[in-house]
Amino acid sequence: MIPSLPRPAWLRTTTAVYVVAFLAFLFLPLVVVAVFAFNDAPYPAPPWRGFTLDWFLGNSSKGRTGLFADSELMGSILTSCIVALWVTLLSVLLGTANAFLLERGRFPGKQALSVLMLAPLVIPGVILGISILAFASRIAEFADDTLGWELDFLRPGLPLVVLGQFSFIATIATLTISARLRRFDRTLEEAAFNLGASKPAVFRTIVLPYLRPALLGSAAISFLMSFEDFNTTLMLVGADSPLTVMMYGRMREGASPVLNAVSLFLMAASAVLALTFMRRRPPAH
Amino acid sequence: MDSAVRARWHGRLSLGLLLAPAILWLGALVILPHVELGVLSFRERVSPHNYVASLAQYKTFFTDPLYWNVFVRTALMSVAATVLTLLLAFPIAWTIAKLSTGRAGSLLFILCLIPFWVSETVRTLGWMILLRESGVLPALLVKLGITAAPVELLYHDATILVGLIYTSLLFMVIPLISSLESLDNALIEAAYDLGAGGFAILRTIVIPHAAPGITAGCIVVFMLTLGNYLTPTLLGGKNSQWFTEQIYTQFITRFNWEQGAAFGFLLLGLSTAMVVIGLKITGQRFGDVMRRT
Repeated sequence: MIPSLPRPAWLRTTTAVYVVAFLAFLFLPLVVVAVFAFNDAPYPAPPWRGFTLDWFLGNSSKGRTGLFADSELMGSILTSCIVALWVTLLSVLLGTANAFLLERGRFPGKQALSVLMLAPLVIPGVILGISILAFASRIAEFADDTLGWELDFLRPGLPLVVLGQFSFIATIATLTISARLRRFDRTLEEAAFNLGASKPAVFRTIVLPYLRPALLGSAAISFLMSFEDFNTTLMLVGADSPLTVMMYGRMREGASPVLNAVSLFLMAASAVLALTFMRRRPPAH
Repeated sequence: MDSAVRARWHGRLSLGLLLAPAILWLGALVILPHVELGVLSFRERVSPHNYVASLAQYKTFFTDPLYWNVFVRTALMSVAATVLTLLLAFPIAWTIAKLSTGRAGSLLFILCLIPFWVSETVRTLGWMILLRESGVLPALLVKLGITAAPVELLYHDATILVGLIYTSLLFMVIPLISSLESLDNALIEAAYDLGAGGFAILRTIVIPHAAPGITAGCIVVFMLTLGNYLTPTLLGGKNSQWFTEQIYTQFITRFNWEQGAAFGFLLLGLSTAMVVIGLKITGQRFGDVMRRT
């Protein structure tokens, strides 16, 4: 019940116990991942055998390859970053265009279009992946049969991964940027026009600075979602695996503390991203 | 040309420039791929490079008990995961929205948020280290004298459920908080003063008010659970029998795209049906629900 009503002691105790248990449930998996990245044993399992940095730095006398020397894992981190940068760029650009289209444009069928834009969020990622895979190879085969063109970027590989992730991350960027543009006070723009500013000048000096927090926020979310996507990526991946797919493969083969090391690195990276993003936000929202 | 006409043409041009990328995105990456998937699912290969229209792919699904069972199992497990997530998330959402004031509330909220900034792969790795036979919890159970030897806690249905609930919690907590925050405390106080008990208040005041948030949370969680691949395959191992796995096997391993496309459409149909039913029951609009989450 709410604080203004009498709450019996047992209820207060139960609530407190529940909250603690809930938080333990949330954090236990993350804590064990972090802890076993430093265990001096070839397998991420108890008992604790002492602290080591071998799983980051490597140790040739024990035949251990650390994360920083594991070229496969490091390469997949780079692959993920490249994919995420492309997805972020495309999503923020399209999200901005869509925001203006939905908030400023007047045309028949706008309501239907705005509902259609939400569709990628309710289609399971696996199905988005296979449908894009099937459609891309249909086009590639058509180009090959009729024109004799080899369109390699339409075969499973990183360009398709970028397109697959972009197909639903664009919706999220659209929602974030539209929500901000909706609250924009248009009299500011009118004042600038009355004072003789040109359209591009108004956009650059008034609208864009106003949208900045939403643009940065949606860029951060897009990057993170792309980096962490698994379902869609798995269906479209070719020879170069992004990190999530690489880790999945290794986890099926067996456990190694190097995976804990790379996970800890990921946690640190998301924490930095989250903190910079939260600090930028005004406290009111 | 007079200026009014020019202005109108200018407006049309910029509208066209804004519409083009949106149409390209939805057309080339969402609509046409699903049309292609539909076409694939309704044909059958009779000889190399020779296809005929047929319902064979769907017939396989309904006649082969293996596929049908996996499909029903995935749906039922997803319903179970959704209900359990709601039950677990509700007290926390209530605590954040109604019990904790000011900074304690936002601190608790941020603590709930943190695990979801971390990749699902990492979280699943954590559960594997905790639950596998040589893992942390079996060792703890032996130390406490509850079991004589370490037990395998991975590869059970319950393990899959734990993993799915864990991944889904945040998507339930956020819509619940936003719908509970808008509930006026005075209503609860009035009911209390008139002699209503805790359960009556919950049933007649809280749940009807929070219904939109509950629906939004349930829809999103059900969808994400149904379409999940990583958690069931890693935590369930060979026993996972999740429908997305069947789609992957047909599409990528066996290269039987026609069958995979049909399975994909069936999963999409189930997911869409649940969304529509959920919205119908509570009389909400799709756009409003999505904006909530």
